[in-house]
Amino acid sequence: MSVGLEHYLILSAVLFSIGLYGALAKKNAIVILMCIEIMLNAVNIAMAAFSRYIVPALLTGQVFVIFITVVAAAEVVIGLAIIMNIYRNRETLETDKIDLMKW
Amino acid sequence: MVLDFVFWLLAIVSVGAALAVVFLRDVFRAALALVLCFLIVAGLFITLSADFLAAVQVLIYIGGISVLIVLAIMLTRDVQHGSPANRLRIPALIVAVLFFGVIAFALVGTPWQISTVPPTEPTTPALADKLLGEGGFILPVEIAAVLLLAVMLGAIVLMREK
Repeated sequence: MSVGLEHYLILSAVLFSIGLYGALAKKNAIVILMCIEIMLNAVNIAMAAFSRYIVPALLTGQVFVIFITVVAAAEVVIGLAIIMNIYRNRETLETDKIDLMKW
Repeated sequence: MVLDFVFWLLAIVSVGAALAVVFLRDVFRAALALVLCFLIVAGLFITLSADFLAAVQVLIYIGGISVLIVLAIMLTRDVQHGSPANRLRIPALIVAVLFFGVIAFALVGTPWQISTVPPTEPTTPALADKLLGEGGFILPVEIAAVLLLAVMLGAIVLMREK
């Protein structure tokens, strides 16, 4: 069986699930950010696969990938700035110790 | 045939790299595995005949984001604590597996209408026309510019010494 759309989509779903597990189960804030990057990359693979196999002439999926990349870059910059601020104030990155606003 | 082999190789290595990001105890090695994962995704874009996206992936993700993450790891000196799992490890695993099951079920069950048109190559002129041309995505491009400006200002304000 030759590789088609389903293969890319299943690979994308596997990567997204791994990233989801890491984002939910990890303590270190930077590792959580890295797992979110994996999830965004999985979505990018799905978008590029849709663009290649469903609308090869229109390229709409690839345009979406470009915008997702822009938003991912913005997200990682702001996320790391917030993490550095938290580390500067509280000397920790463990998310279950950052509970100042927890009721 | 060659493309199939390349796809399976890239798929196996990318899943392995993603698992390494999640399960390695050393945060720095996890970041290096993340770089490998980004590189593999660039290769997958090439197999999908998205040459411009592969270049963008290498430039932005490997050249920008991963350097930023490694820098943040170095600056926070939290490496020796490793990356332990929290109390929600088992529920998170169940949620992730359930999510994958639902998505895979929906993917396999959907009758996709595969187009037989050969893919556009090279994609760069077509993408530029799509982004900036008539009836394209010019408004989202402008909004992305505003977003990047806001991000620059926000990062400066957040990191400024009081």
